[in-house]
Parts: sequence; C-alpha cells; structure tokens
Amino acid sequence: MIDLEPVATPGAPLARRNPVAKLAAAMVFTIVLVATLDPVAPAIAIAVELAVLPLFGVRYRVLARRAWPLLAAAVGILVTLVLFAADRSGPVLVEAGPVLVTQGVLVTALGLVLRMLAVALPGIIVFATTDPTELADALIQNAKAPARFAIGALAAFRLVPLLEQEWRMISMARRARGVDAGRNPVAKLRLFASTAFTLLVGAIRRGTRLAVAMDARGFDAGTPRTVARRQRFTRADALLVLAAALLAGAALTTSILLGTFRPLIG
Amino acid sequence: MSGVVLRGFGWRHGGRKRWAVRGVDLRVESGERVLLLGASGAGKSTLLAALAGLLPEDSGEQEGTVEIDGLDPRKARERVGVVFQDPETQLVMARSGDDVAFGLENRGVPAEEIWPRVDEALRRVGFPYHRDRPTAALSGGEQQRLALAGALALRPGLLLLDEPTANLDPAGAALIRHAVTDAVDADTTLILVEHRVAEALPLVDRVVVLEPGGGVRADGPPDVVFAAHGEALAAAGVWVPGHTVPPRHATAPAGDVLLTADRLGLPPRLAPTDLRVRAGEALAVLGPNGAGKSTMALLLGGLLRPGTGTVTAAPELAGRDARTPPHRWRAPALARRIGSVFQDPEHQFVTGTVRDELALGPRRTGQSEASVTATVDALLHRLRLDRLAGANPYTLSGGEARRLSVATALATAPRLLICDEPTFGQDRRTWRELVDLLAELRDAGHGVVTVTHDADFVAALADRTLTLDRPAGSDEPDRPAGSDEPDRPAGSDVPGRPGSARRPVPPGRGAGAP
Amino acid sequence: MNHTDSNRWRTVDIVVASVIAVAFGVVFWAWGLLWSATDAAFAFFPPAQAVLYGVWLIPAVLAGLIIRKPGAALYCETVAAIVSALLGSQWAGIVILQGLMQGIGAELAFAAFRYRSFKLPVAVLAGALTGLGAAIFDFVYWNKAYELTSYRLPYALITIVSATVIAGFGAWVLTRALANTGVLDRFPAGRDRALV
Repeated sequence: MIDLEPVATPGAPLARRNPVAKLAAAMVFTIVLVATLDPVAPAIAIAVELAVLPLFGVRYRVLARRAWPLLAAAVGILVTLVLFAADRSGPVLVEAGPVLVTQGVLVTALGLVLRMLAVALPGIIVFATTDPTELADALIQNAKAPARFAIGALAAFRLVPLLEQEWRMISMARRARGVDAGRNPVAKLRLFASTAFTLLVGAIRRGTRLAVAMDARGFDAGTPRTVARRQRFTRADALLVLAAALLAGAALTTSILLGTFRPLIG
Repeated sequence: MSGVVLRGFGWRHGGRKRWAVRGVDLRVESGERVLLLGASGAGKSTLLAALAGLLPEDSGEQEGTVEIDGLDPRKARERVGVVFQDPETQLVMARSGDDVAFGLENRGVPAEEIWPRVDEALRRVGFPYHRDRPTAALSGGEQQRLALAGALALRPGLLLLDEPTANLDPAGAALIRHAVTDAVDADTTLILVEHRVAEALPLVDRVVVLEPGGGVRADGPPDVVFAAHGEALAAAGVWVPGHTVPPRHATAPAGDVLLTADRLGLPPRLAPTDLRVRAGEALAVLGPNGAGKSTMALLLGGLLRPGTGTVTAAPELAGRDARTPPHRWRAPALARRIGSVFQDPEHQFVTGTVRDELALGPRRTGQSEASVTATVDALLHRLRLDRLAGANPYTLSGGEARRLSVATALATAPRLLICDEPTFGQDRRTWRELVDLLAELRDAGHGVVTVTHDADFVAALADRTLTLDRPAGSDEPDRPAGSDEPDRPAGSDVPGRPGSARRPVPPGRGAGAP
Repeated sequence: MNHTDSNRWRTVDIVVASVIAVAFGVVFWAWGLLWSATDAAFAFFPPAQAVLYGVWLIPAVLAGLIIRKPGAALYCETVAAIVSALLGSQWAGIVILQGLMQGIGAELAFAAFRYRSFKLPVAVLAGALTGLGAAIFDFVYWNKAYELTSYRLPYALITIVSATVIAGFGAWVLTRALANTGVLDRFPAGRDRALV
C-alpha cells in the first residue's frame, strides 16, 4: 500500500514548522554534505539528524522502516567498491585473486555509505512530517512558486492511491484475459509494459477530466487568486534554516580541522 | 437567474469528422428546470460543455451562437456552476472544506468570506461531516454532494448537472437528488442530463430531446413529450418511464454445481461466505457498498487468493485441474473455464484493435487460426461491433466498450461467466442486449454470476440472489447523530455471519421504475 | 498549429503533465515490487545495471512530446522526482536534484528546436541529453570513488545509450500509441493522427 499521510506525531515542535522552511533546511544541510567524500562529516551529520528526530515527532521505528532499503544500497556500494575502487592505497587487508581490499578501500566505502545515509535522512524526515496540501500552500505563499503549477501538481498527486488500486485491477484483468508471464522474464517485461500503458491511458483520461472540472470552477479565469489557508514564514522558520546551515558547516569544519576532508570536485 | 439562448448551435471537436452536436435552437428562461435527453452520441455532454464555457475556441469548430444572459459562455463562466459524472475526477483537494474553498479562491473571494461560504454550502447540501474530512474517505454519493457544494458556493445563476448520479449506487443517487431538491434556489436555472428519466423527473418542469443527427426533436412538459416520443426514445436507449422490459428467467431447472465457495472471505473486505454456482443458472450477488461484492467476483473468478475458506471447481468446470483452486491455475486455462468481466472495460484491453482484442483469448488458449477467425467474426456480428473491427478499443463509447469487454470474455467460451456491475452507466439499449445475451448463455447451460446494484437487472435476469453484509469491523463512516439516509447502511444481519442465499427473487419490476 | 501564442500552459497541460509524473511514480513503485531481484542478475558487471536507466527518464521526454510547451520536460521529471520523494523513496531529497538535472537535458533538446519539432530525431536527441544529464550527475556524485575506465566511463556510456533507446525512441513510440487511443485529443500530439 502507498500511504500518503504524514507519519509524524502531530504537534511536534519542528514538524509544525513551515514546509518551505523544512525543505530549505534539508536542502542546505544536504548540499553541504554532498561536497565531501570523507566519513567524519557525514558521521557527525547522522548523529545530529538522529538527535533532532524526536523534535520532528518521527519515531525511530518509523524511520527504520522507511530507511531500510538504504542498507541494501550500502551493501551494493561496498561490493562495487571492492571490485572497482579507484583508490587502493593503504595496507592490504584481503587479497584473493582479483579482489584486493585495502584500508583505503574500506575508508572510502565507509565515507560513501555514511554520506548516502546522511544525505537521505533529512529528506525522509521532511517528507514524513509534511502534508502535501500545506507544502503546496507554502510553496505558493512563501516561495513564490506559480500557483497554477503547484495546485495542478497537488490535484494530480491526489490520484496516487486511485492509480495504485488501478494497477492491481489491470493486473488481475490481464490474468482474466488469459495473459500471464509465468517465469519467463521477457514475457514478464511485456506484461509489465502493457499494464503500465493501460494505467497511463486511464491516468491521462482522468487528468483531462480533472482539468475540465478545475476550469469549470474558475481555475484558469485569470482573476488573482486569494488564499483560504494562510501559511506564515516566521522567525522560528528562519532559525530552523539557519541552524541547519550552522550544523552542517560545523560538521564540515570538524572534518577539515581533523584533516580528513576530501572534496567531491577537485 | 440566468437565461440561455442557442441559435443554430453546432460544435465539432478538433480531429473529428462528425459534428458532436448541430443545429440546436433553444431558449431557456431564467429559473427554468430542464431535463436534456437524447440517445448516446446525441451531443448532450458537448452542449453542456459549451454552456459552461469549457470548449476553447482553438479546440474545435463552432456553428451558430450560444449566449448566457447575452454573453459568450466563455466570458460568463462565473455565472455557471457544473457538476460532472465522475466524483473522482472533479474533487481537487485532499480535505472536503478545502475543495469547496478551491472555487472561491480561484474567483478571488476575499479570504475572510471564504470559510463562512464554505460552511454554508456544505450545510445546504446536507454534508454530514466536518470540513476537515478527507475527500478520499467519502463514499461516491458523499463525494458528489461535495462537488455540488463546490458548485453552489460560487452562487451560479445557471447550474449544469452532467449525469451526476450515473456512477453511483441507488442510495448514493438518491442522496444527490435530495441535495439538488433542497439546496438549489428557486430562481437558479437548472439544466440536467440524465438517462434514468424516472428518477430525474421530480427535479424538472421541462424536457428537451436532442436528435442524434442534429437539432431538437422534442421540447415541452414531461408528460406531453413522453406521450408523443416515449416509444422512439425508449428504442433509442433512453430510460423512459413506463416502458418495461419483459423478464427472462430460466425455463429449465439449474444444472450441476460448477463452483463451490466454502466460508470464502478476504478480511477486511469480505466476511466468510458460503456459495454454490450452478450451470444453467443466473445468480445475482447483492449488498451495500463495502460488503465486498467486487472482492467476491475476483475470488470466484480465480483472480485473488482467498484470505479464508476455499473455492473448489467441479471436475465438469476444472477438467484436469479439479484438485487445484482456480487462483492457482495458469491464466490461459483460467480464461477457458471462467470468464470475468470487469466494471471498467478499459482495464481489460490489451491490444490495439477490436479484432485483435477478440482474437487474443482464443489464440492464448491454443485455438487454430481458422477457428479464431470464425469465433471473432461471430462475436463481432453478435455484439454489433463489425463496423468497429479496426478501431482502437480505447476510442470506443461506453456502450461499445462494455459490449467488447463481454465479447472478449465469451471468446474463449468459458463455462462460467462472472460480471461486475455490467450495466453500470449503460443506456437502455445496451442494457437490454446484456440481459438477452446473458439469458441466452444461461439457457445454453453456462453459469452466470453478476455482482450488481441494479435492481431492474436483477428483476429481469436473476434466478437466485445472494445478499452480502458488510464485514464486522469494516470502516464505518463516523456519522453524526441525526443525519438523514446513511449512504452505506450497515448489514441488517449479525455482522460476520455468512451471506444467506435465497430463492427466488422478488416479483420482477419494470425497467426504469423508481 | 499556431506556435506564437501557444507557449502559455493551459490547465489541461499542467494537470496532464503532473498526472504523467504521478502515474510514472506509481509505475516505478510497481517496478520496485517486481524487479528488485534484477540487482542480483547484474552483479556480474555492476555498470550494466545502467541498462535499465532509461526507464526512469521516460517521463521527461514523454511530457515534452505530448505537452509541447517550454518547461514541460523539466517540470514533469522534477514532479516525478518529488512524487517519489513523497511516496517515501529512500533517496528523498537527492532524487529531486537528480530529477532537475535529467529534466534539463531533455528540455535543452526541445529548446534547440525552439519547441517546433517533435519528430523522432528530436525525441532521440532529448533521450540522449536527458541520459547525459543523468550520467553527469552520477559520474560526479555517486561514482566519484570508482575506477575511471572499468566503471565510471562504461556506466556513463551505458546510461546514455539506455536513455537514447528507452527514453528517446521509447517515449516517441509511447506517444504514438497514446495518440491512437484518443486520450491525447486535447493536445497537438493527438491531433496528428488522421481524422476519425
């Protein structure tokens, strides 16, 4: 099941912040971390992220459930690095035929895995605590996003559960027609493509009708829109963004002072 | 408050050879309530779209003129409110109140006036929940009531209703009719398209019939129009009151059991149910929304794995596979034995032409090319699809798509046919064809199971009915005390008890009766 | 079709572009359910995983071909990325940056023809450029620590080839198939078919 509802405990102090502020804070935090390949800065960042988690009202168990696919990706990074690492400096730890694992390889792997986690967590936290309607409202009112696009995307987003249900129905309808793939991967791929096509036809049909219904209620009338739900960007919101920048900067500075900093470009 | 004048009006959509509507001369005075009728394809919806100002000049070609209070409808949009057929595609926002506010925001209504007007509109349509209620948690009838509130909040002089009840079950449809009666001001002009005429008549004082070739065929008070044109309208597919369809029940006793369901269920969607499906018998599965009727159809059709209990196919139906349950059969074997017709025909389309669509099943089940061609040609003819053999299935009209989806299920000659709401939104002509077709199949010894809300269809065809209850613990809408007519009545029996099979159906009622 | 005043997005353009993004969000979700096993199949040569990369880039080219307005490719790929973040993708924030890079690639191809030509060569170019955008992002961001010749370059090349074939040619075929169903009748792409 695809769940569209935010998972945070309502009323948590930071979850209630303006969605644009949360998004900006996550972006600032992420972009600073993207700049380095060392393990120290991301490790500090992860510690900060886990520490502020209760302030966002996200339980650790919920985070673990959303983040567990990252572990599979971490294993992937490790395997790929063992086979294809560019930097094989440092003492040799394992040597078996083509597999050469050195200390340098492991440090790089640790850096990559930690960076992946550190960069992914802020996004997970923001989207787990943000209601799509409020995000669209805040993007329009506080980030000057064009209202027609933000509302149009929001209206389309409402179709997600419907389309998910539709996917299941189309799959069953194909079986009823005598079409299945068994274990043949090519047949499986063709069946997948045909199901996706039918889904897309239905989705575009719905989108066209939805657009007509929106115009019937004056969506494209050209009259300046008013807003029923006010979103405010307060001093607390600004502080959240500032704090994110300072914390990320501190993590990076520590890494530079310790001499572990490895810039992404250069 | 708004008057409508059409003079020689016609519209042809871009990319189409045929005029969707043509040669319409019509004058509707302020405060009149008009029912717009016509066979499918007569251009009723296009005419409504024109009145709503929703046909952009660059999207087609116009003839003649259309005016609302002397203005081009594209410039008079704030005077017109519209409610469309499909609730899913006219709600914009995730919360009910936000959705009503959407139109007010678009029109630039000052922020402090928005919420009082939202609450007033919700109250007028009898919306039973708080305005924070998620729109996804509403039933179809409640969603349409919300759409009506969204239109009324804009205080239109002209209200257009385009088959607002076609996608609803009878309880939901009644809800909308009552809301329209109660909520629409006496001086608001109303134009309604609806093919279930008997149910629409209490709302209108004038009937206008569009001619498919072009122009207005009839115009006047309902009794006068139906006295003169009732017969012809009924033949053209309109549900005219008083024109009944003779029932077609089985003449021979039912044959052997084909499929047995033993405490079959899927929590939380369907409570454990016992059921036997026989050859030569038409069984109708009834029950309120949320009782799991569609789930039952999927389980019997071998398309879903049962959560509780079992489905057992008799050797007569299952052949070599009698020991395995249908949901574990390979798809071609399943299609040869049990045919399923889905509520939305488009879910079942796989190929690019009607002919290929019909040939797919027989080919997958290993018929020879000669026999495939023979089967396809016979079905094309039988279901009046010959002319459309080369057409893309997705371009068909609602009635054509329904006929094709039934034909594709029949192409593999399954002994058992399972249909989910086959008559949903169909005009009277397609409806009669479906009754005749399914009756013939039943008389030829096939088993026919139909999941339906359509009481007329049950009366015309079913030999036996099974009524499902809502499963215990299913999500009941939290309804405030004193609200009228619950849209999803709770099961009358003890919750969780197996559905009870009864025989025979109550005495048949005429088609189109309220 | 008159192109001088057609650059303004109609409501139907906005909503359908968004719906395409949302539908692909659901398709990718279903893909994840079915094909998470492919990881193992590609283990013998990890860069080959990029073979399927083009599938993720279809929305950009498809929206460009259907909507035919400046920004369509960029908007659709970005919304698709935001949708997957909202649906709980583990990559969250990063996919949005990635979506922007990929969308810009396709957008440049359509812009190079001043949004006047939507024929096969333009579609293929859009596929190649969106693949290039994706490849550059991954080259710098994800694959920096890997060997240049045995991993980073093959990975980038396979990404571009996959995007050219699947997202470029594939989206063009898909647009034609969609036009035949009649659902694109409100768009110029749908009116290119013969009168019916």
